[in-house]
Amino acid sequence: MKNKNREKKKTRKSYGIIFLAFVVVVYFILFTLNRENVYRSLRVSGNILVNLIPVLLLVILFIGIANYFFKPKAVSKYLGKESGIKGWFVAALAGILSHGPIYVWYPLLKEFRQKGMRTGLIGVFLYNRAIKIPLLPLLIYYFGTAFTILLLMWMIIASLAEGKIIEIIDSKFIEKFL
Amino acid sequence: MKEGKNNNKDKQRNIFTSIYRAFKSFGTAFSVFLGIILLLGLLRTYVTPQFISTIFKGEIFLDTILGSIFGSISAGNPVTSYIIGGELLKQGISLFAVTAFMVAWVTVGIVQLPAEAAFLGKRFAIFRNLLSFILSIIVAIGTVVMLQMIQ
Repeated sequence: MKNKNREKKKTRKSYGIIFLAFVVVVYFILFTLNRENVYRSLRVSGNILVNLIPVLLLVILFIGIANYFFKPKAVSKYLGKESGIKGWFVAALAGILSHGPIYVWYPLLKEFRQKGMRTGLIGVFLYNRAIKIPLLPLLIYYFGTAFTILLLMWMIIASLAEGKIIEIIDSKFIEKFL
Repeated sequence: MKEGKNNNKDKQRNIFTSIYRAFKSFGTAFSVFLGIILLLGLLRTYVTPQFISTIFKGEIFLDTILGSIFGSISAGNPVTSYIIGGELLKQGISLFAVTAFMVAWVTVGIVQLPAEAAFLGKRFAIFRNLLSFILSIIVAIGTVVMLQMIQ
């Protein structure tokens, strides 16, 4: 079991390095075509990285604390098979309240999944990350109150539909997702 | 008393170990994050709002699908999608297409797909993104049709 985990970690590490190498190659190719755009892209990436550092630190802290306090039994209770409707509600609310870019949350979801979180609820969490309460006034400013309310309503319904479909597919039709 | 002190020490050590482990697991994932961030830099330089507005053709259904496609390959803060969406509306692009664009922007992540696959599994990542893409079209049509019905 330990060896299997170590192997998985190794695969993920080499996958990450191959992916990074691929992006660097793309940069080199574009550099030969248009230097100015590559410099601009690097500046944009640098800004993203600087803005991301506090969120990353927060998520790392969050994962550490969650690892310590949320044992598999607790995760299973709130987000596992026995969680019922409460689990859907918790996943949707956590998705809405979570902060920062979507990809910084993948490691935490992986940890929770390993501790028993339902696959469908991962879908619900990720979909509801699209709804950000602090941004609602801006959405209302651009598109109006009626549009915003309807969009939110449809998005919450879609998140639940997505979670349910993922769960059905995961359990019945194809091999396990995770 | 001594036992209680030891327990507290153990607890402290455990929580710090947990945080240290989380930090280490992020170290392993850093190459994926760096790749994603570099891709985002390219995307924001090459895919501009002006470029997106030239894509739409004026046919509602086709534009809605195009909106979802461009929302899926674009990424960034949702605020940017609202601003681009607002600009596209001003240029006469249909609300169906703009809504699909904004929904896909936040729910589908082609750029983040490698990271999602690395952590949550390839099959899960592909299926979830595909499903979110289809749902972005349904959500756009549902929202705008209902809006037209009540207005």
